[in-house]
Amino acid sequence: MELQTLTYIVVGMTFALYIGIAIWARAGSTKEFYIAGGGIHPVANGMATAADWMSAASFISMAGLIAFMGYGGSVFLMGWTGGFVVLAMLLAPYLRKYGKFTVPEFIGDRFYSRTARIVAVVCLIICSVTYVIGQMKGIGVAFSRFLEVSYDIGLVIGMCIVFFYAVLGGMKGITYTQIAQYCVLILAYTIPAIFISLNLTGNPFPQLGFGSTLAGSEVYLLDRLDQVVTELGFMEYTTSVRLSTVNMFAYTLSLMIGTAGLPHVIIRFFTVPKVKDARSSAGWALVFISILYTTAPAVAGMARLNMINTIEPAQGENLVYDERPQWFKNWEKTGLLKFEDKNGDGKIQYTASKETNEMVKVDRDIMVLANPEIAQLPNWVIALVAAGGLAAALSTAAGLLLAIASSISHDLLKGVLMPHITEKQELRASRIAMAGAIAVAGYLGFNPPDFAAGTVALAFGLAASSIFPALMMGIFSKRINKEGAIAGMIAGITVTLLYVFQHKGVMFVADTSFLGDMSPNWFFGIEPNAFGAIGAVVNFTVAFFVSRVTQAPPQDIQDLVEHIRVPCGVESAQDH
Amino acid sequence: MAFKSQDDAKAYWKENVSLMIKLLVVWFAVSFGCGILLVDVLNTIQLGGYKLGFWFAQQGSIYTFVILIFVYTNKMAALDRKYGVDEE
Repeated sequence: MELQTLTYIVVGMTFALYIGIAIWARAGSTKEFYIAGGGIHPVANGMATAADWMSAASFISMAGLIAFMGYGGSVFLMGWTGGFVVLAMLLAPYLRKYGKFTVPEFIGDRFYSRTARIVAVVCLIICSVTYVIGQMKGIGVAFSRFLEVSYDIGLVIGMCIVFFYAVLGGMKGITYTQIAQYCVLILAYTIPAIFISLNLTGNPFPQLGFGSTLAGSEVYLLDRLDQVVTELGFMEYTTSVRLSTVNMFAYTLSLMIGTAGLPHVIIRFFTVPKVKDARSSAGWALVFISILYTTAPAVAGMARLNMINTIEPAQGENLVYDERPQWFKNWEKTGLLKFEDKNGDGKIQYTASKETNEMVKVDRDIMVLANPEIAQLPNWVIALVAAGGLAAALSTAAGLLLAIASSISHDLLKGVLMPHITEKQELRASRIAMAGAIAVAGYLGFNPPDFAAGTVALAFGLAASSIFPALMMGIFSKRINKEGAIAGMIAGITVTLLYVFQHKGVMFVADTSFLGDMSPNWFFGIEPNAFGAIGAVVNFTVAFFVSRVTQAPPQDIQDLVEHIRVPCGVESAQDH
Repeated sequence: MAFKSQDDAKAYWKENVSLMIKLLVVWFAVSFGCGILLVDVLNTIQLGGYKLGFWFAQQGSIYTFVILIFVYTNKMAALDRKYGVDEE
């Protein structure tokens, strides 16, 4: 069967499955809409968290970035998994014990201040919208390829589907749907990786194949990869540091604590019955996530090797452009892959030098989707990858939109502005908020600040610099008061936003850098994607000093902190 | 609060924090240590086709993270029982 038809069938079938589940489990009350009645098993919750977590950034984008960054790409691998250790030990059990709906609610209560709650809501919305921009990029890439249209049209179609999808079901729909999505996306990721690993090394486990010798030779795959990339003038794959060691350190730290501060992940830990389950949910989530994350580096390295081998099968014998394979033509249609015959010989030269390189545009976000085609795998595998990529992007976008919706309708409207709003009105407000968020993120998705994973990294930096420090200090210190927490959050996110906007434009609108031309990455060579780590340090420092010179929190707040540190006497997530 | 005494509450929290710090030291060592700061030194050692530092950065640290969370979960469950504050 033809690839296009097959892709429609596979994608259509998986969509029918998700939508069927969403209708079947359609949310009734407000409480169900947000947290699904608080009764989900840790393994199921871990799996749903994994689907929620592994977005277009992890599935579609990350391996592509690593393929071109080599060792430097490790920041994503360590950052986005190591964060779960922080989450499991520092936040999840305590927030579960506290037992409310949303993150700003906790911050508002712990710091006995409506202002703190509003500041938290604003931070949360900024992070989540940035995150959704990254998802939109991924969704646009996936739809443009599989409908064979330009990226912009793919993005518009994607926005419509995300809207329909997120508004239809609440969290409950989403929890069960996400279990199905996890299964689809993990199969879609690992099956092609297994095929490719078998082809290249004869080992079916990509994690092991990546460290094995190439089939029929004594040469290690990684040594061969290092050799071919250096021949083309690139840095050695296994040792290419991302800018500097300091930058890699900050980047990894920023992603780790950003993970622990992201509201749509934290909200998951409100849905388990017990504190004990909150701890193990984080563990199970990481088990399911690490299946993809340990496969990704192998996918990356093998994709790079296969791509180079296709373009230049033997040194000096470059591929003739007119004989280029079908995948090359298909991706050219989306505008995400471009060739320019600079020396006019009709052949494709791919090199590290700007003057001679003829692959003038290779959008990193196409690599994972193109990978099975490049490796000439059967059509059903390619169709499956398209379905998996869409599952990843949709599930995370839906979870994030829910977090945005709940923070606006629940924290801002019901909690602060209009306390007497009815349940029905609250639900309607949250749906309007979702639509607004999709429109803004989609619009900015036409010119995203970075590749999908890079944009998502920015969102993590913002979460790292604002929400994480406030939550952690709220649990581990009785002395941090409302003045400290508010000043800390504002200082942290402001510093990070200014640094990011100076590099990427105000609100990511290009060419609006407000300080004119400054040298990029001027602060100790740290790039904006990694700056959340610095923002977090600023947040902690400001909060500490401001708290010291102002009054200690009242006794009942100190008792509250005592109370959340102990697991017993937990009540299920409560209405109020 | 279900603790028998105020001292018990303090001791429970102290043990909790000390366990956390120990595990976070390992967390730091495998990722920031082996994966970033010491990567050049470790890269002189081969693990199959992997340079060891590269392996820690792209594989080893992730496996360690999974183990760390389950160690934490089990030890905390034991601690809850010891002080009679588990949820059973």
